[in-house]
Amino acid sequence: MWRNFELEKSYDVVIIGAGVHGLATAYYLAANHGISKVAVVDKGYVGGGGSGRNTAILRSNYLTPEGVRFYDRSVQLYRTLAADLNFNVMFAPRGHLTLAHNDSSLRTMRWRAEVNKLQGVDSEVITPEEIKRLVPFMDVSDDTRYPIIGALYHPPGGIIRHDAVNWGYARAGDRLGVQIHQNTEVTGIRTEKGRVSGVSTNRGEIGAPIVLNCTAGWASLVSAMAGVKLPIITHPLQAAVTEPVKMFLDAVVVSGSLHVYVSQTDRGELVFGASTDPYASYSMRGSLEFTEELASHVLELMPSIAKMRVLRQWAGLCDITPDFSPIMGITEVEGFLVDVGWGTYGFKAGPAAAEAMAELVATGRTPQLIAAFDLARFAEGRLASERGAAAVGH
Amino acid sequence: MIRIPCPNCGPRNSSEFSYFGELGSRPAPDAVDPAHWRHYLYDKKNPAGWTTEKWYHASGCRKFFAIERNTLTNDVKSGRPFGVESSSEESS
Repeated sequence: MWRNFELEKSYDVVIIGAGVHGLATAYYLAANHGISKVAVVDKGYVGGGGSGRNTAILRSNYLTPEGVRFYDRSVQLYRTLAADLNFNVMFAPRGHLTLAHNDSSLRTMRWRAEVNKLQGVDSEVITPEEIKRLVPFMDVSDDTRYPIIGALYHPPGGIIRHDAVNWGYARAGDRLGVQIHQNTEVTGIRTEKGRVSGVSTNRGEIGAPIVLNCTAGWASLVSAMAGVKLPIITHPLQAAVTEPVKMFLDAVVVSGSLHVYVSQTDRGELVFGASTDPYASYSMRGSLEFTEELASHVLELMPSIAKMRVLRQWAGLCDITPDFSPIMGITEVEGFLVDVGWGTYGFKAGPAAAEAMAELVATGRTPQLIAAFDLARFAEGRLASERGAAAVGH
Repeated sequence: MIRIPCPNCGPRNSSEFSYFGELGSRPAPDAVDPAHWRHYLYDKKNPAGWTTEKWYHASGCRKFFAIERNTLTNDVKSGRPFGVESSSEESS
């Protein structure tokens, strides 16, 4: 898939974090800008963090025009990714349903649908009858605790195989000269006169004029090594998967009020995700109360799957920002860039974020697509709130 | 489920509590500029290890208190009550 190398003394760019953001940025640096003296370093293995722990859902039906444009670019890139990387990433645009159980959710969905349509993204509010046609075994009756009164239907949304995306970017980057260093933990970031000069790792020193932080849940710890404070809190997010059964669920189903999202993989397993754990933590242990709560919520929507068994559960770390939007771009330390704060929605944004970050590294100019997501917005009071469309448990 | 040692009620399941994050000291409203407020609001330490944080026992004594918790292991040390702070002042 990709080669192993000895660490070199210096690189043009060092990217910390071999997840989808780091690997894809390395790939676009080489493919789009001819910058291939790039090292991607990770304390673990390729795709071992959030990029391999998410529920692999893709969508672009966000709330702010900036958000919609951004995620739509990502979905576009995902659509042709298998051909671009020559690696089957199994993208399945099966359609995406966000259920409304009360008037305020329905109002937010109408708002989202109109913002989406203005940006050219296919998105529409549909009725319980139409939901029933798309997902026949969903309980859309009135006699449930949280009756379904409508849904935001987003046909271009779907699922993808997240491991294949990580491996595909890693392999394609490797073909273009990018070096991927697994088991290489960054222990310090060196700066000279307000400028980054390299990183220290458990395998030795590396010099680099540009260091990019793509470390998700660990982002604030890594940035602190360069003296950069980030407004990020790390929360675990748990997910679970059932035993495989025959295909019966086509669309991705999300319920914000019930804190749950469900999809069926090509292998037949149901993949469930929930909202983040209610307190900050770096622990990735699963908990029983998560599975109990998840089961009660899922059965509220789909009582007929009561006999299905959960095969395994896991947790990933989410770097949550105050406005539920990411932080991309420059910091006060020259040459030290961040692509962090991705919270619960980082995987689906990977390609577009990476393409833009690669452009920033290559040209030194922040692309318009990500200008609203700069770190300075918190100090300057320009928050880009995506809470209504990004936070599951809002 | 982790158990939170409420200084008034003893150890209880974390589901009885609301989490209010890292303990910080709020600046005096008339003594700071917006930059300080934003620093207070947004810049958290987010440490991997022991930290002091504020919890609220919503399904118990309905009091705020501080605990030491290790964010890597979720180990918790005994809680201590705040001095004279009442819940209405804290949540405003």
